[in-house]
Amino acid sequence: MARIDVNHIRHTYLQNPRTDADFALKEVHHTFEDGGAYALLGPSGCGKTTLLNIISGLLHPSHGQLLFNGRDVTNLSTQERNIAQVFQFPVIYDTMTVYDNLAFPLRNRGVPEADVDRKVRETLEMTGLADMAKRKARGLTADQKQKISLGRGLVRSDVNAILFDEPLTVIDPHMKWVLRSQLKQLHRRFGYTMVYVTHDQTEALTFADRVVVMYDGEIVQIGTPAELFERPRHTFVGYFIGSPGMNVMPVAIDGKTAKLGSQQIELPGVPKAGGGAIELGIRPEYVRLGSQGMAVRVSKIEDVGRHKVVRANLEGREIAAVIGEDETVPADPKVRFDPAGINIYADSWRVEMGA
Amino acid sequence: MEKTWNNRAWFLVLPVLLLVAFSAVIPLMTVVNYSVQDTFGNNVFFWAGTEWFEELLSSSRFWQAMIRNLVFSFIILAIEVPLGIFIALNMPKKGWGVPVCLVLMALPLLIPWNVVGTIWQVFGRNDIGLLGYYVNALGIDYNYVQDPYDAWVTVIIMDVWHWTSLVVLLCYAGLVSIPDAFYQAAKIDGASRWAVFRYIQLPKMNRVLLIAVLLRFMDSFMIYTEPFVVTGGGPGNSTTFLSIDLVKTALGQFDLGPAAAMSLVYFLIVLLLSWVFYTVMTNYDAER
Repeated sequence: MARIDVNHIRHTYLQNPRTDADFALKEVHHTFEDGGAYALLGPSGCGKTTLLNIISGLLHPSHGQLLFNGRDVTNLSTQERNIAQVFQFPVIYDTMTVYDNLAFPLRNRGVPEADVDRKVRETLEMTGLADMAKRKARGLTADQKQKISLGRGLVRSDVNAILFDEPLTVIDPHMKWVLRSQLKQLHRRFGYTMVYVTHDQTEALTFADRVVVMYDGEIVQIGTPAELFERPRHTFVGYFIGSPGMNVMPVAIDGKTAKLGSQQIELPGVPKAGGGAIELGIRPEYVRLGSQGMAVRVSKIEDVGRHKVVRANLEGREIAAVIGEDETVPADPKVRFDPAGINIYADSWRVEMGA
Repeated sequence: MEKTWNNRAWFLVLPVLLLVAFSAVIPLMTVVNYSVQDTFGNNVFFWAGTEWFEELLSSSRFWQAMIRNLVFSFIILAIEVPLGIFIALNMPKKGWGVPVCLVLMALPLLIPWNVVGTIWQVFGRNDIGLLGYYVNALGIDYNYVQDPYDAWVTVIIMDVWHWTSLVVLLCYAGLVSIPDAFYQAAKIDGASRWAVFRYIQLPKMNRVLLIAVLLRFMDSFMIYTEPFVVTGGGPGNSTTFLSIDLVKTALGQFDLGPAAAMSLVYFLIVLLLSWVFYTVMTNYDAER
């Protein structure tokens, strides 16, 4: 197990980068604490897999340092870093049995056969593959193959970290839940440092203690699932997390009020915004639909089961609100914003509010 | 909906039946017809029964050609398959080198067979051939026209030059289909270069390799043009393979009966071996 320090790392796939836009990773500076379960969440192409491959050593960063427990490993090979990685598509050694697949990393490292046998049997128990140890790996289902991939990492008890690169992409939906909860269990029992790359917010929020949201080569926010939901630091986090995403609308600030077209919105405090484009963000869960407040025109109501999503038009802008399953939309609908859910953004970054 | 039951659907397969009949079945039947008869010309035939088959199977000439052919196929497979794998493994996977290598590899395959024969016939000559002249200049006695050993070496090198590319291209196709993640996982698992080959690359190339072996075996077992052009089956009969022997019998001596019997036996051997390969390959697939 190890604490992983990502020290001002920048990476580009180009030979001669000119501008910031040429960098797949603009600048990442972050510490993954020992034994933490992290999710790297972001859209395709945001640099999350690049960051993961830099940690595992499959890529060498253009700039910056990588430390494991304070030791510089930037120039060490993947093998010397002693990490485990599970890929998007299951990687198994077709011609070997499940047992031999798990034994492979140990045998490559010259571990005595008696220890190999003991470790492999332990790992087979942990991953629930014990009853298929003697089978050829190629006939198995995708989720079993993915367990083998994971097992090949777990079998080395001294791994510094286990990295996952969208490991559940090819798994059937009902198995995703099973595998995810097994991963959480393994994490609780053995305290591995785990970094889990995904673009699926549900996966990220259920798996991780701390979620690292990436956007366009940068980390935009690191926090617990609740923090990401309540206080998105960047409007992107607001859009990306939550279903539907946060409502963001341009406003003008005047002390403790925000002006949206002809409407005035009371703020919980005075935003400390210097300048730039000011926006107000509010999650649909904090938009109250009733007979008081700002007049809206309802365009659509989506019943998503546990609640309903109301799509409406406020001052010429689309806005979403969430109402309970049994609630109905009044004849003359109006909305109010719950001050607890209001965030103010200047140039897309959240600003604090004073008294 | 009610189904109409009648046999009119057979008309739909009639064209293909006719085509196959004219292109394969009828010629084959003529051969069968020849193989059980004897003729002295003038289109007069006498019933010969199984005489030609008995004669063929007891003739040392046939078995010698057969053994020569099997040895030849075995040698070129033993060279071309490992060499092809080796070259494919060392070909670039991306960049400008890829098209260059692919074109270089495809070149020998694009040359007509009798031209390949002519190239090597000239190339190996002692007086004007680049290869033959300089090998002799180095003090090595090399003469494919007189020495059976040299003739074999020439024919084998020619086949390796002509056909290794096919194995290379097939293996390369198998190799590039392996996702990067496999190599990355192998790195993480600490696999050696040999382990990567043994447990990732070779299993992934398995299918194309089977096809390569099948194609190369069939082709080399039926080889005719190139050795015919270079050595004409000589010196003596030392490079007379089955097909050369067959043509000598059928067209050189105009022994239609024995030649027909030989064709049929030859055909059955090829059919049998194809069936063996097919069974092996489909079993392998079923196992997956």
